[in-house]
Amino acid sequence: MPTRTVAIGSTVGLHARPAAIFVKAAGEAPVPVTIAKAGGSPVPANSMIAIMALGAKHGDEVTLAAEGDGAEGALDELATLLATDLDAEPAS
Amino acid sequence: MTVVHGIGVSAGIAFGPVVRVGAAVRPPDDEAPAADAEERIRTAFDAVADDLDARAARAGDPAAAILSATAMLARDPSLIDGAIARAASGAGPATAIDGATREFMDQFAALGGYFAERAADLRDVGDRAIALVLGAPLPGVPPLTQECILVAHDLAPAETATLDRAQVLGIVTEAGGRTSHTAILAAQMAIPAVVKVAEAADLADGAMVMIDGEAGAVHLDPTTDTVDEHRARGERRVAALAGSSGPGRTLDGKQVRLLANIGGIEDAKAAGDADVEGVGLFRTEFVFLSAATAPTVDEQAEIYRQVFAPFEGRRVVVRTLDAGADKPLAFADLGAEENPALGRRGLRLSAERPDLLDAQLEALSIAASGTGADVWVMAPMVADAQEAAWFARRARENGLSKVGVMIEVPAAALRAEHVMAEVDFGSLGTNDLAQYTMAADRMQGELSELLDPWQPAVLDVVAHAATGAMRNGRPMGVCGESAGDPLMALVLAGLGITGLSMAPSRVAMVRFALSLHTFAECARLAHLARSARTPAEAREAVLAECAPQLAAIL
Repeated sequence: MPTRTVAIGSTVGLHARPAAIFVKAAGEAPVPVTIAKAGGSPVPANSMIAIMALGAKHGDEVTLAAEGDGAEGALDELATLLATDLDAEPAS
Repeated sequence: MTVVHGIGVSAGIAFGPVVRVGAAVRPPDDEAPAADAEERIRTAFDAVADDLDARAARAGDPAAAILSATAMLARDPSLIDGAIARAASGAGPATAIDGATREFMDQFAALGGYFAERAADLRDVGDRAIALVLGAPLPGVPPLTQECILVAHDLAPAETATLDRAQVLGIVTEAGGRTSHTAILAAQMAIPAVVKVAEAADLADGAMVMIDGEAGAVHLDPTTDTVDEHRARGERRVAALAGSSGPGRTLDGKQVRLLANIGGIEDAKAAGDADVEGVGLFRTEFVFLSAATAPTVDEQAEIYRQVFAPFEGRRVVVRTLDAGADKPLAFADLGAEENPALGRRGLRLSAERPDLLDAQLEALSIAASGTGADVWVMAPMVADAQEAAWFARRARENGLSKVGVMIEVPAAALRAEHVMAEVDFGSLGTNDLAQYTMAADRMQGELSELLDPWQPAVLDVVAHAATGAMRNGRPMGVCGESAGDPLMALVLAGLGITGLSMAPSRVAMVRFALSLHTFAECARLAHLARSARTPAEAREAVLAECAPQLAAIL
């Protein structure tokens, strides 16, 4: 299964605004995507609750996984999002 | 007339009849399973999310952001699938929603802090969906026909954000905290609010109450005179404090620094915007308590940098990790103790696990050099000069130049002359100091009178610590609750305390109190307090002799 491992770029970690941006993007992906912390079990990336409970902090490595048509592209896009400091982006 | 207390989160005086916020509908016992459960559950969550989004579109920030985030919870596939799975295995639809919501709420509660407070958002989503599948009225604020004080177990963000400012005079909740959404939104809307009022459930519909959002007090059935008096005092207070700004000084110009207590990045941002001279107590526990493994030096440095950033050119006093058996760390649990308050906590835990302390000191040092903040570091739970010396050496080896100790143990206060010779500064934690001086557990509500910071014996111990620091030419601050009490602040200044650290909302009042008295007058008030026989007499003596302009607004 295609995977991407990436360190969380948002300084506040993956919650609040960065989590909302990520969950929304994951919900729009053409295939179901999971996210896991090192050694943890994968949780659905399109679930706000699961992402919050994941508690990924700045610099934590997480692994995204997905299968099917468009998985590679979706993973690339989501990995890039995670690596960005989403809290630093101006609010749109 | 009775007065009950909570945490004041939005200042102001409000008086009116109680309107209780509707309790949520519970799923019926033995609810029958439904063949169309999946569809009904989806429809209910959809409707909840759409309603929240519609409200978000009408509201301004930060209400809109909070409402959109709550709508995202209502659209969460984990939550919806969880409810559907429960229905599929035989639960009725409302029972299934309730079970799934509770499961995730428990997870949030277990994570603590920020997440625990988000659990209220989740419950609101669940309660609305339950009401919809049952065809019951939605929980929450009933239609308001007159000015009132809203009383609730907790107000969901959706409710607070859309309150009618013209009808809602004030808010009282049983749950909540300083950073709950209710608190943030009430302050933004300038609605007086008191949260964490244990007795809120006893306030009946229609009862007349007055709330003091500054003092965090709720007066039940007050007389007209009491209300008028509080209103007048509130107005005088606003007028008196309007001209108060800048550093803390006595009338004759002796410096008493006014500092903020903070416990995280959000606190730091808020305090950074406030008119304070820096931070007198930065509690670092949040970095550790929710972590499963010890945070690395880099992880910590990044967090500390964010805390220091708002204080360029100002002081930030950091307290190193203060954990113990009552707030154990997943990665440094020394096991249960019979008596955690007297056990291996604070610096004593650091002595068992110096690797944790060294990592924290290194991270603080890295973060300090990356920002313009003047970073000071101190250890909690120091008992004697040897412990002070041990900590000071370690902190200096890690490149931190201003090293101090918390004075919470009476032994350290009594021997402050020796303890303070080892370090650059001290800071009295008056809550723990009172607990240890009076041998009264802080967790025992029944013992609160013994824990009164006005206990003359506690003042004697504070005086010892202040004198020991002065003999060494070292600054001694206070970072306990008593620093935010304007009358007590005068006494502390009179004892030779050089800095007071408190919740930022208390600063203006303390600044005003100091500005009305010379140092000699403060010293006299301190003498009066220490000469008293009981805590009540100590406070009364100071109140009777302080400047009338201060007494008029207390």
